[in-house]
Amino acid sequence: MSAEKDERRPAGELEAAVLAALWAAGTPLTPAQVQAELSSGLARTTVTTILTRLYDKGTLERQRQGRGYAYRPVEDPHGLTALRMHGELDRGSDRETVLARFVARLSEDDEQVLRRLLEESP
Amino acid sequence: MTIALLLVPLLLPWAAPVPARRALDRCPPAVALWTLAVSALLLAAGTVASLGALALTGLLRIPAFAALGELVHPLRTPSARLVLPLAGLAAGLLTLAALALGRSVVRQAAGLRSARSEAGRRPAAGDLCVVDSPRPDAYALPGRPHRIVVTTAMLRSLDAREREALFAHERAHNAGGHHYFLAAAELAAHCHPALRPVREDIRLATERAADETAATAVGDRRLTARAIARAALATHTADASRPAVTPAATSGPVPRRVAALLTPAARPPRALSWTAALLAACVLLSCTTAATGTIDLHQDIEVAQGEAAGH
Repeated sequence: MSAEKDERRPAGELEAAVLAALWAAGTPLTPAQVQAELSSGLARTTVTTILTRLYDKGTLERQRQGRGYAYRPVEDPHGLTALRMHGELDRGSDRETVLARFVARLSEDDEQVLRRLLEESP
Repeated sequence: MTIALLLVPLLLPWAAPVPARRALDRCPPAVALWTLAVSALLLAAGTVASLGALALTGLLRIPAFAALGELVHPLRTPSARLVLPLAGLAAGLLTLAALALGRSVVRQAAGLRSARSEAGRRPAAGDLCVVDSPRPDAYALPGRPHRIVVTTAMLRSLDAREREALFAHERAHNAGGHHYFLAAAELAAHCHPALRPVREDIRLATERAADETAATAVGDRRLTARAIARAALATHTADASRPAVTPAATSGPVPRRVAALLTPAARPPRALSWTAALLAACVLLSCTTAATGTIDLHQDIEVAQGEAAGH
């Protein structure tokens, strides 16, 4: 994705990308690190703005690091959300629900086919 | 005659899965999705209308119900020995289908409601709701506003660009209203067992449609394919302790999606293939026979009520 295209994306999508990067990293990140992690064309100032907005909303917490801040996601105590959501959604099998899951369960054959497809595609 | 007509819509859905599968293979996913969903709904409607008419025919042979229906003459039907068991069977099947459907609706509504309330309680970033969980999982959560729910394990198994492909895929589900198609598929599958494979095809069609939209959004089919494959493998590894729910002999939906993305996008649009024609013929025949049978029954009832002259 080109730099101009990234800068013009809706604010919600940028916030989602930034939060995802912070969760994936697992450690507090500075705006420069977030920018590098996203490997997109976002300007540092844009990243900083998004981080500040998410901090103001209570989605992120931050700590002093050098002359700026390092940010990390506010964690869910005891993973309660995960427990409750998985509990409700697991009752039905994968195949009998109106939820559109990203990936369905694989069979052993599927796994072989997928690994081969991944190897074949450069 | 009426009875024979009413049996046709009950048999036709058995002919649907083959052309449905082929339509999915050949049409663009969005076209296939609409075609399959509309066909499945119409075939299901034909089934329900037929079962209803058959059950009614039997009921009106019973004197108490005939009186309730203000019948002054007996309803013209073939022998009661044929009609009554058939009607009983039809009524039983309708009841079973209604119960299964009702259970599914209640369960899914509860699941969705609780997922939405949990998602609402979490701090959000745009439409993204992150759930801290060691199990890779991601899904679109329809509602106002639409959300996408992704677990931390899923975020960690993908790189930044693959995550964008995943988000684009889930946003495509929400923007395309794919949950309505999935609900239609569920409804149809509960109405007639032969439509269950069509439900799987509709599910695959929604995924394929979202995959194509995501590939266009991130501008890279290969990247999208890799994101799906890596997400599926990560989920599979995390699932390894559980027994396989679907031991499939043929390759399942995920490899088909990945393979489709790895082949070039634009295939020349085919002329109306025989598969589409066959599917359309099934649907048309089902609707026509169900309608004709029901209208016939209605006329017979009016005759029996003494409202119309017998012919």
